[in-house]
Amino acid sequence: MARLNINGRVVEIAVEDDTPLLWAIREQVGLTGTKYGCGVAQCGACTVHVDGVATRSCSMPVSAFDENQKIVTIEGLSPDGSHPLQKAWVALDVPQCGYCQSGMIMAAAALLAANPKPSDADIRGEITNICRCGTYNRVQAAIKQAAGGNQANG
Amino acid sequence: MNRIASLPRRGFLQVSAALGAFTLGIRVPEAAAQGAAPAATPEVNAWVVVKPDDSIIIRIARSEMGQGTLTGLAQLVAEELNADWSKVSTEYPTPGQNLARNRAWGNMSTGGSRGIRESHEYVRKGGAAARMMLVEAAAQGWGVPAGECRAANSTITHQPSGRTTTYGKVAEAAAKLTPPTDVPLRDPKDWTIAGRSLPRLDTVEKTNGKQVYGADLTLPGMLNAAIRDCPVFGGKVASFDAAKVASMPGVKKVVPVGETAVAVVADTWWRAKTALDALPITWDNGPNAQVSSASIAEVLKAGLEAPEAAIGNRAGDAKAAIAGAAKRVEATYGYPFQNHATMEPMNATALWTPERCEVWTPTQNGEAALAAASEAAGLPPAKCEVYKIHLGGGFGRRGAVHDWVRQAVDIAKQMPGTPVKLLWSREEDMLHGRYHPITQCKLTGALDAQGNLTGLAMRISGQSIVAGIFPQNIRDGRDPVVFQGLSPGGEEGAFGYAIPNILIDHAMRNPHVPPGFWRGVNLNQNAVYVECFMDELAHAAGKDPLEFRRALLRGSPKHLAVLNAVAERGGWGQPAPEGRARGLAQIMGFGSYVAACAEVSVSPAGELTIHKITAATDPGHAVNPQQIAAQVEGSFVYGLSAALHGECTVAEGRIEQENFDTYPVMRMMEMPAVEAILMPSGGFWGGVGEPTIAVAAPAVLNAIFAATGKRVRQLPLKHADLRRA
Ligand code: FES
Ligand code: FES
Repeated sequence: MARLNINGRVVEIAVEDDTPLLWAIREQVGLTGTKYGCGVAQCGACTVHVDGVATRSCSMPVSAFDENQKIVTIEGLSPDGSHPLQKAWVALDVPQCGYCQSGMIMAAAALLAANPKPSDADIRGEITNICRCGTYNRVQAAIKQAAGGNQANG
Repeated sequence: MNRIASLPRRGFLQVSAALGAFTLGIRVPEAAAQGAAPAATPEVNAWVVVKPDDSIIIRIARSEMGQGTLTGLAQLVAEELNADWSKVSTEYPTPGQNLARNRAWGNMSTGGSRGIRESHEYVRKGGAAARMMLVEAAAQGWGVPAGECRAANSTITHQPSGRTTTYGKVAEAAAKLTPPTDVPLRDPKDWTIAGRSLPRLDTVEKTNGKQVYGADLTLPGMLNAAIRDCPVFGGKVASFDAAKVASMPGVKKVVPVGETAVAVVADTWWRAKTALDALPITWDNGPNAQVSSASIAEVLKAGLEAPEAAIGNRAGDAKAAIAGAAKRVEATYGYPFQNHATMEPMNATALWTPERCEVWTPTQNGEAALAAASEAAGLPPAKCEVYKIHLGGGFGRRGAVHDWVRQAVDIAKQMPGTPVKLLWSREEDMLHGRYHPITQCKLTGALDAQGNLTGLAMRISGQSIVAGIFPQNIRDGRDPVVFQGLSPGGEEGAFGYAIPNILIDHAMRNPHVPPGFWRGVNLNQNAVYVECFMDELAHAAGKDPLEFRRALLRGSPKHLAVLNAVAERGGWGQPAPEGRARGLAQIMGFGSYVAACAEVSVSPAGELTIHKITAATDPGHAVNPQQIAAQVEGSFVYGLSAALHGECTVAEGRIEQENFDTYPVMRMMEMPAVEAILMPSGGFWGGVGEPTIAVAAPAVLNAIFAATGKRVRQLPLKHADLRRA
């Protein structure tokens, strides 16, 4: 049994304590925007915010959380897709298959919250998520655009 | 018990009884389902449905997996339809409907960068025929000749009277007309919807978590399965002890899957996987348990000298030219096994009853998925159906072989009437890929006293994808696909260099590791072999690598044009920034001409930085330039990932890498700036999803040589010592 605060609502879920947060979010809460890519904290597809910090939810058991910690998933990032990153993502047509993109956007949102005007080096250092389709340059450009800067230049 | 009532379950499927289909982000055709009740809006034809509110649904037969084909194909139909683009959406016809309608939508296979280049003509005709029928219907309604009417932006105007109507108002009448037989197509230079950098149709839902992938699917009453297949290819299950996990939370059933695998079915996937991890399984590792990367390398090495080989390209007498050469250059290269590593692991949801089998799966080839489902279900294809779900990457893994579909059906068959979703773990996905084929290549070049290339012998030894997947297509021991980019001519992948004496042949050596079509296919290693060796030859001849290539490409203007473009924009011949060096590569493949100029630096400690890549593509016609640029950028990620890191090794018959910690892939930190030059010269249709991958590695390898004087001939680069001596 776990009590989790997800996207502003406290939910009670009946799972084993060692269930990874990712799978509780996907299978018990039913929010599938957060993806499984590796299960070992390598790819970032499962990134959510925990009190604003980007967290790879596949590698944290639900027992590590209580209802005072605010968990935000891609579905809760903005009510209507209006987060500056979501807008920049659409403007630059960033996604290809899209599978990694929830995690990319959540990692980027945490970065911008901590560092509103990141340099290219900051972005390249902080965004370590894997994208197999190869959207990295557009991701970088979209983060710069959302931060109000010009497009990234490598 | 583990459901929560306080939150609505998202992504819950609405199963439509009338259609036996579902609605969810993508739609299946309203009017086309076999045995379906007549839908409210009849289609104008197989490709186009126009609703009374003027919204337009364009049917797309190929699979969208990130490459943008959905948008590009819709642009082609909308172009000829004279549609109001803002009202266009898309849907997939199902493979079962395609079967029932005598393949009204043609080939559903989505691979080989063929989506647009193979279907552009008939999809455009679909759009044009629909437009002609809509205009005819309007004209009949007005009692005027169709020739007096014009269609634009989904509106039909009777020019003499100025009367207008919209597609939505005449669609029902149009649907009743006989389709025209003579359907002329627009000259691409007159395009207004195609040829433009329109935004993709599928972006928004990929930024808010709403896009539903196969792994996200939920059906009412569905259970989840986790599977383990024998890690050694050719091995099988000896025994497993289901009783040990039967009482673990959520577990419903432990089932054998064929002879080689075991699956646990549980209420949730995590519980299925947890129980599977605890399940005692003993394996019979079979005949390949002693095979290793070293033993495979030995077999391939022997093939480099074998007397028997299938010929791919021969002119003059290469052996004599080499024997009489003023200077002989020789080198041996090697290219490893690699996993596709799609971000979304393989998955399928299957529902089986003795009468019918339905499968929901991300697939690059719905028809092949249907065939696999039918075979596994023991039911004829007409009693099966496949619903294509959005793919979290394909790269060739989800095309020709549908092993995961067979498994899902096999499991579902053991639980009749219950939908079961099978999802592979990343580990399962890494251990049961269809790997990039492994090859070695020995090249020998003959230079005359002036440094001209007078002869080239190229022996490829190694794996044939076709032999592994479509053995019926091997003729006289020859796999034609092995010679991608090396063929004497043709539209697919012509070797551009004019060399008077040439012999390119292949000694097929097939290890037990199953090969697959891996994005870029055989063009990847062939480009490394040829383009790095061209660089070696140029240096041996004391010539500039660009000038050396130019002389040999005189008779291949399109190859030459892309090479010249990257040389010019990449700054070839001008001094590189301090500490940096450049390398070039060009090739033709998948019907397109591509070239790259890479700029790299290597620190004294041997650390490589790829700063910038300039890439040029001539795909003939360009349907959506910004999406072509996205494919070029993505191709460099895929190609450089392979060049830098990509390698699956074999020990005791099995793949050693199980996840991204031991199978590293490229991340943003390593990504160079990419400048994509699009130079569509018209007159032909080339693919864009793959060819650029092939020039990524050789351009970088040649730049590394320019920077360090070191030739890296075995990929991946992570094994190379680039430290200054
Ligand atoms: S699924 Fe969590 S990091 Fe990959
Ligand atoms: S968009 Fe496909 S993995 Fe990133």
